[in-house]
Amino acid sequence: RWARGAAILFAVGAVSGTVLSFELGLLWPGFMEHAGAIIGMPFSLEGFAFFAEAIFLGLYLYGWDRLSPILHWICGLLVALNGMLSGIFVVTANAWMNAPTGFRMVDGKAVDVDPIAAMLNPASLHETLHMTLAAYVATGFAVAAVHAFFLLRKRTSTFHRGALAIALAVGCISIPLQILSGDFSARKVAQLQPAKLAAMEAHYQTGKGAPLLIGGLPNDKTQSTRFALRIPKGLSLLIAHDPSARIPGLEEFPRADWPNVRLVHWSFDLMVGSGFILFAIALTSGWLWWRRRRLPDATWFLRSLVLAGPLGFIAIEAGWMVTELGRQPWIIYGVMRTSEAVTPMPGIALPFFVFTVIYILLALAVIYLLRRQFLKAPESVDKATAASTHV
Amino acid sequence: MFEEIVAAFMVAALILYALMGGADYGGGCWDLLARGPRATRQRRAIARAIGPIWEANHVWLILVVVLLFTGFPRGFAIIMTALNIPLTLMLIGIVLRGSAFAFRKYDRRDEPVQRRWSVLFGGASFLTPLIQGMTLGALATGQIRAGSTGLTTGFLAGWLSPFAWSCGVFALSLFAFLAATYLTVDTEKEPDLQEDFRARALWSGLLLGPIAAVVFLVSREGAPAMFEGLTRWWAPYLLGATILLGLGAIVALWQRRYRWARMAAIGEVSLILGGWSLAQYPHLIVPDITLQASRAPDATLRLLTIALCLGAVLLLPSLYFLFHIFKGEESR
Repeated sequence: RWARGAAILFAVGAVSGTVLSFELGLLWPGFMEHAGAIIGMPFSLEGFAFFAEAIFLGLYLYGWDRLSPILHWICGLLVALNGMLSGIFVVTANAWMNAPTGFRMVDGKAVDVDPIAAMLNPASLHETLHMTLAAYVATGFAVAAVHAFFLLRKRTSTFHRGALAIALAVGCISIPLQILSGDFSARKVAQLQPAKLAAMEAHYQTGKGAPLLIGGLPNDKTQSTRFALRIPKGLSLLIAHDPSARIPGLEEFPRADWPNVRLVHWSFDLMVGSGFILFAIALTSGWLWWRRRRLPDATWFLRSLVLAGPLGFIAIEAGWMVTELGRQPWIIYGVMRTSEAVTPMPGIALPFFVFTVIYILLALAVIYLLRRQFLKAPESVDKATAASTHV
Repeated sequence: MFEEIVAAFMVAALILYALMGGADYGGGCWDLLARGPRATRQRRAIARAIGPIWEANHVWLILVVVLLFTGFPRGFAIIMTALNIPLTLMLIGIVLRGSAFAFRKYDRRDEPVQRRWSVLFGGASFLTPLIQGMTLGALATGQIRAGSTGLTTGFLAGWLSPFAWSCGVFALSLFAFLAATYLTVDTEKEPDLQEDFRARALWSGLLLGPIAAVVFLVSREGAPAMFEGLTRWWAPYLLGATILLGLGAIVALWQRRYRWARMAAIGEVSLILGGWSLAQYPHLIVPDITLQASRAPDATLRLLTIALCLGAVLLLPSLYFLFHIFKGEESR
């Protein structure tokens, strides 16, 4: 049934992917005119990966009884592999916007373009690693939540027990790795985009032994953050692994180059907070699993899994807010301002609202359909288990 | 040289999009126009034909767009600015169409729910190819002008001209004809449905002739560069071949040789789009933007060419495999 769910999501994905590739130009012609030749390459490769994913998903979905089990399984594997690859390629393009390499600007034009060097920019490794792991964390815990929900209703379903075990294992293995990669990312950002890091941490004054601020209300005018939880020397320790290291604050940078500190800081805390809650859940599950030697299914445990279901996706969205808002006012860091890239089209607010409404409608319809897909026909559970044992 | 190779791949992708995605749109039109005692069964046959490859066909369009901004970034920026309005409308059509089809398939089976999705699906299937034709036509009108600072003619130039409208109608009827012809092959096991689609293919195919003539006549005023292109030395041969294939498709339909009809229709559509591109060459946007003037640096185009060749070698066999498994069924 996840396969059918995947079909719904894929159709919506194919459609919104088409929209996306057009919107790059409809909204950001100035950006694409300069960046197209430099970062078009990962988009093209992503196109191929997506293409392959589409083909093999077609084979996978409609080939249950037309392909041999091994061939069918290989198709499934290729879908997963290509999905991961397309994610990596697209994130590479975003990484380039944060750490542009592979060209020289001469008189407002890019020369000596080297698309490979642009793909292998200094931000690529940590961004792709962080996002790929995030996808596994978010999907693992979200799928676990769905199956935990059904187990709360009927504790004995073998289908849901098996599925929960797989999903939980994926989530629990990737979350500690994700926290390590987050640490790695933060140190790379400190090195590549110190202003973004300062905004993430609401860190205004440059100083040695900088404290780590959690939450609070950053104020650009007074250049201070009130009501935050302060961990003395925390920031220096995290970033430089040295409690007395000097961390540049926002005051080092011209006001015009500041991102929106509040949004970036809060998004960052939301992402990290969600990550650590999931980490706690992973520790608990690991502990219970190890002690009882079987899948934990206490009611309180299943309930907390259901509640934690959306956290992974919340963290992904918040993380993108951090990286995108944190890069402002630049669209290409240090090279081009966002305001220079936007379309001259007047009344751009109208299509913006139209697309927002369409996406909201799509999202509602998807939720409704996925809900139906899972609440409908509980007797098909046995069929689904039968089918999965076939493979 | 590389810009020509990349452009050739773009034309190939566009043709494949027309052949596969176009047929999906056409199917949507026939879905909306399903009449008579067999309407429900007609809809079901259309849904089955679209089913296996569904929205995957949009990858061809994505490929065209990605190649455009990677290979010809300046042309891309101007096209996306000048044709912002119709392209946005087209996207709305694609979004509504794709989701309505999916939701109809998985939603409740009762009549009112199904009909609501059908109307949305069919309506969007009419709107989208119409706008696609208008957009493509607009590039040839010569009304979209660009200087060194970028676009100079605003957001309404070209795509509302009579020539663009005629292209839109032409694209719509071409896709409808293509879909009906495919469907005659897809319904081989249901002779009564097959007759329905044969009738539709015949009259839409016959209608194509006069519509094409209108496009050609309007182009003399509305798209002089295109008209000139169509009067070059090779044009009579190409036009002749296209007309022969069109007539061939109709004759084959008449004689109920559906596989031949499908092949002729595929050839006809490929020649139309190929000839169109040749007539417009070397312009991306008539008259200011040529391939040469908007191309990316050599390093990018060279890599892109390599990636395209590798991709074609790896992906086309898999795609063939997919088709073979699903469409190959019927020949057993």
